[in-house]
Amino acid sequence: MDLTPWEKVKLARMPIRPTGLDYIEWIFKGFVELHGDRLYSEDRAIVGGLAFFDDIPVTIIAQQKGRNTKENIARNFSMPHPEGYRKALRLMKQAEKFSRPVICFIDTPGAFCGIGAEERGQGEAIATNLAEMMMLRTPIISVVISEGGSGGALALGVADKVYMLEHAIYSILSPEGFASILYKDSTKAESAANDMKLTAQDLYKFGVIDNIIPEPLGGAHNDFEFVTGKVRDVISSDLKELMSLSIDEMLESRYKKFRNM
Amino acid sequence: MSRNLFKAKQYATSKVYRSRPQELKGSEEEKPNVPQGIMTKCSGCGNVIYTKLLMKNYKMCECGFYFKVSANERLAMILDENTFVEIDPQLTTRDPLNFPGYGDKLIKTQTQTGLVDGLVTGKGLIFGLPTYIGVMDASFFMGSMGTAIGEKLARMFEKATEEHLPVIVYTASGGARMQEGIFSLMQMVKVSAAVAKHSEAGLLYITVLTNPTTGGVTASFAMLGDIILAEPGALIGFAGPRVIEQTIGQKLPEGFQRSEFLLEHGFVDKIVTRDKQKDTIGLLIKLHYKEEERIVWT
Ligand SMILES: [Zn+2]
Repeated sequence: MDLTPWEKVKLARMPIRPTGLDYIEWIFKGFVELHGDRLYSEDRAIVGGLAFFDDIPVTIIAQQKGRNTKENIARNFSMPHPEGYRKALRLMKQAEKFSRPVICFIDTPGAFCGIGAEERGQGEAIATNLAEMMMLRTPIISVVISEGGSGGALALGVADKVYMLEHAIYSILSPEGFASILYKDSTKAESAANDMKLTAQDLYKFGVIDNIIPEPLGGAHNDFEFVTGKVRDVISSDLKELMSLSIDEMLESRYKKFRNM
Repeated sequence: MSRNLFKAKQYATSKVYRSRPQELKGSEEEKPNVPQGIMTKCSGCGNVIYTKLLMKNYKMCECGFYFKVSANERLAMILDENTFVEIDPQLTTRDPLNFPGYGDKLIKTQTQTGLVDGLVTGKGLIFGLPTYIGVMDASFFMGSMGTAIGEKLARMFEKATEEHLPVIVYTASGGARMQEGIFSLMQMVKVSAAVAKHSEAGLLYITVLTNPTTGGVTASFAMLGDIILAEPGALIGFAGPRVIEQTIGQKLPEGFQRSEFLLEHGFVDKIVTRDKQKDTIGLLIKLHYKEEERIVWT
């Protein structure tokens, strides 16, 4: 069953779709959540912590949507403030120190737009993550599980391997925002979604992502065991591959990967 | 006669050009402020200014209004005369999404502006010291960043790293080039990566943020300078003010996201008026200059 880009946008945003914490719970063992950026505050739109993947200690960073309205308000609908990105970076630098691989789950409509976010340097926070992740001396794997919105997603997306779930989307802006800027009409989001080329299939074809992780018929929520099994396989084989490279080789190929886009 | 009258009230050399965010507010509406003809009207104060004098005065009005500056004008203001050597002047986008109507619009804009895309890069001298320099030009697709800009910046940083030279980038951008979609987003990584390598080599990178610097440019190379300068009153932010107002449903405070606001919040090192930029950048380069790393300048 082939979904249209707009159907994928709607599916990717469905509240029933598994969230970052669901993946953490199903794929890893002994998760210890770590909070705060040590600079300003804790941002609950991003969950971070440590866990075992099989017997390998890893650092996990996940953008977290709520499963209901109350949770969504607490999670700010998975739209991080600068402190969320700074917490992510703190944990990544910690991962580098202890030679732990970093696994990121991306699911955000975008970085939050607001007064506080601007006052505290949303642009600076994202920019710093892009540069630091490029140089981070430990493997990074990122998976776009549902919505990959703009720079807010990219700030967790500079990785040795980048994946998207079959029905996930990843784009420069929401189709609504895109339509309102380019067509001066936010109701043209459906046709914007077609023009934008935001599906996993498009991005794989472009070489922007390394591979597509299949979902069961109807989407990830219909058979979560199937999806987490696939994600687990990908992480397992990538870690083997990346950990067999020297760090300099790995960084060189990380650089080349994005340099060629 | 009217010309003399006019001259009399113009440009005393000792004027202090303070920023006045209230009066600069209209400037983001993209009114054409490019001086044409003998006289130019200032959209800050409404005064009519003798164009030659305006050019001499770095395109600043005495009321504090900053006229838009093209990439070429900017290079003339910063570099020693006749030292600029452009790199990749013809590099253009390959329209990676094959986006409806984009190809035609590109050709039209190229013809209208005489630019190939919204950034000029190259090498030149500042007070005799060599540097790479990139200048964005907001008259091309509002300075939005697509693959051409990303590629030119990455190449410039790579060359500068090889040749052990500093890099100066003047930013002016409405954000991402929408028509290049995900590729536009990926330029943020590509350029940040090249900046990171240049930085790792111990080399100096200075950004000068000009009106407007927003979106993906702010969230990548604009904010990665070792030293971040800004022009007075420039709009600088991640999200645009209208998007924020729509999101939070309230009016933004006066001066929000202006250079002075960023300085206050610790995101800009120094605000420098246009007439002082060459002196300041020249001094900063001198402060980082290492004789033993000097390469032969041809
Ligand atoms: Zn004026």
